[in-house]
Amino acid sequence: MKEKEINRRSKLNLDFSIVEKAREAAKVIALDTQKFIDQHTTTTIERTVCRLFGIDGVDEFDVPLPNIVVDNIEKGNGLGIGAAIHIGNAVLHTNLSPQEIAEKVAKDELDLTKLSLKDISEIKATVRIIAQEKLALITQKKKTRDELLKKYGDKEGPLIYVIVATGNIFEDIIQAQAAARQGADVIAVIRSTVQSLLDYVPYGATTEGFGGTYATQENFRLMRKALDEVGEELGRYIRLTNYCSGLCMPEIAAMGAFERLDMMLNDALYGILFRDINMKRTIVDQYFSRMINAYAGVIINTGEDNYLTTADAFEAAHTVLASEFINEQFALLAGLKEEQMGLGHAFEMNPELENGFLYELAQAQMAREIFPNASLKYMPPTKFKSGNIFKGHIQDALFNMITIMTNQRIHLLGMLTEAIHTPFMADRALSIENARYIFKNMKSISEEIEFKDGGIMEKRANEVLLKAYNLLKEIETQGLFKTIEKGIFAGIKRSLDGGKGLSGVILKEKEYINPFMDLMSYELKKGGN
Amino acid sequence: MGGGLNSTKKEDFDKFLDLTEVKPYGDTINDGKTQVSFTLPIKDGEKAIIAAQELAKKMGIKDPTIVYHTQLDIGFTFFILYGSLIHTIDFTKIKVESIEVEALSIKEINAYIKEKFKGKIVVLGATTGTDAHTVGIDAIMNMKGFAGHYGLESYEMIEAYNLGSQVTNEEFVKKAIQLKADILLVSQTVTQKGIHVKNLTNLVELLEAEGIRDKIILICGGARISNELAKELGYDAGFGPNTYANIVATYAIKELFGRMNSKEINKYTKNK
Repeated sequence: MKEKEINRRSKLNLDFSIVEKAREAAKVIALDTQKFIDQHTTTTIERTVCRLFGIDGVDEFDVPLPNIVVDNIEKGNGLGIGAAIHIGNAVLHTNLSPQEIAEKVAKDELDLTKLSLKDISEIKATVRIIAQEKLALITQKKKTRDELLKKYGDKEGPLIYVIVATGNIFEDIIQAQAAARQGADVIAVIRSTVQSLLDYVPYGATTEGFGGTYATQENFRLMRKALDEVGEELGRYIRLTNYCSGLCMPEIAAMGAFERLDMMLNDALYGILFRDINMKRTIVDQYFSRMINAYAGVIINTGEDNYLTTADAFEAAHTVLASEFINEQFALLAGLKEEQMGLGHAFEMNPELENGFLYELAQAQMAREIFPNASLKYMPPTKFKSGNIFKGHIQDALFNMITIMTNQRIHLLGMLTEAIHTPFMADRALSIENARYIFKNMKSISEEIEFKDGGIMEKRANEVLLKAYNLLKEIETQGLFKTIEKGIFAGIKRSLDGGKGLSGVILKEKEYINPFMDLMSYELKKGGN
Repeated sequence: MGGGLNSTKKEDFDKFLDLTEVKPYGDTINDGKTQVSFTLPIKDGEKAIIAAQELAKKMGIKDPTIVYHTQLDIGFTFFILYGSLIHTIDFTKIKVESIEVEALSIKEINAYIKEKFKGKIVVLGATTGTDAHTVGIDAIMNMKGFAGHYGLESYEMIEAYNLGSQVTNEEFVKKAIQLKADILLVSQTVTQKGIHVKNLTNLVELLEAEGIRDKIILICGGARISNELAKELGYDAGFGPNTYANIVATYAIKELFGRMNSKEINKYTKNK
């Protein structure tokens, strides 16, 4: 309580009664959407159930076994009760493991929906036992992370987050280890451009990818090992990030949970707006993926910062805040703790704007005060990077200053060569040097500064807050889906039944079971895994 | 050598600008002053410095001074160096071939449309036939675009519809009529045994049968598409890999405007 009260001493004289009301409105919006979520499952959620059961690998045509199993059940019209029932039933029939069952399905030796259905309570008991075993593996991974963080001590202040994107996991490892030695705390492996639209997860170590490297479980494992090695050498825990977005959100969450990823980009709105993924599909996927992340102790990153790459950063600032409020409520519903919420915002105003720095500073401080316990993710300037690397380095310096002045947690490092190429080793080193210089040189500044009563910054923050609240009230009356259809976020319109992946949304039947969801939800409600 | 940075050194060179022998400029005409930075995959140290200097000399940089070097990682060293370039360029001999499409920026494209047309331009895109790959069409159409180039959906003055993949030609034409499309974009990524050629030709035939071929700008794109092939098949243009949305849009709106202007009566254009 005390900590909260201190945080409430706002440097911006924020009107916290509006913050409360905005939060309430966001809660209504999230609960309203949750009704839809609870009634549905998706093909990728059922494939996730398969993966959590331990089903992995591909057939001779490189089709992943979870896809084969789910396709088999779908063909027999059986997905409405969930893959778990069919797999549990097959276990009782054959006494084989889920993996062996999947292999038989792949060889056309077994058709899951053709088996007679055994006693449902017996099936439930069977799948529950397997689910408990598998979840214990995830708990173990979480424990390992906690132990390593305890052993090295977690870093205070902003985490320096950098990207590797060579397309080749082995080259990524060289870059990632170098970045860690230069001072990076978080390594994000950018995914290949196409992956978010694939309705399956590729398999094995990959060395080709356009604009990034495929997210596969093997790639996760290789990078985790490499970062643990360099972490040991440096005596620091190096966090690993990937992308739970696109058409396979929960599957990637499950893979990440098994391989001890630490952060996941995990935002349905991003997929709807920027990848044209169907909103029903991805909002349902998001729930289960966030629950897995919650359970595995993963910090999610939301993608509000992206709104400002298409909409104007000054004009649309309130849409970012409104979306953060909504994302916070969705995250709470999925069982995420505040510390696990990497709510996103960005430094993207036009550098020509007079007093732009003050507005950015006001908004960053505002986000910090409204979400005091969240691991806020602050994104660097990208839109107005021109190819002038010298100016770009200064833009990044201003951005770095705001992070340290407002105590942002996840600091995605800006690169002087943004808009030119994916970072070279030297680009990353220079950018890390820039950030470390500023963070050290200005370490305690946030404790030293206050802002002028009634000044430009105070006015700006309260204005953005009020606009965000008004927007949330508007969304509350029409619902989230309608809001997206109207193009309120990022200026992009998406239709309810448009976009990719709608055919993978399935209405749950009364007998539906997802033992993982039930167990995780129970544990998370109890106060966390 | 000593003496700090080499800018203080007296050099004997012609201080007059000769356009047949142009060199980089630091603070005196023809001083050739150049800055270079790079990383070598070798360990930092005396040997590394000499390696960087030798490399600079091979680039044609006289008296290279390594002003900064640091280890980036085990076995990687970063250098910043200054020196005087020995090479010159005969500026009077440079000729620039006029390029057909000089790509406009998003802002310029929006401004162009506002100025020349009544309202927004409707663009319809799809991957047609059996091809399930949307990479190409998404790169051009989707908001987020490709390699930092935003797609047509982000253009204020373009109404962009991305129909996705496996769209039949019939469906595509139907939509084009329904939405009153000005520009059609067809993407073909993966093809076998030249099936894309057949598919692309079929679309032209359908458009002609509906009598709308000359009312729209028809463009195809993909890994194996060239402008030459496209024209041969009856398209207005074809774009290969690494084409960004603004390149396609610039071509399309200029072509559209040009075509409309060539007609006597034009319902779309504001002026003339």
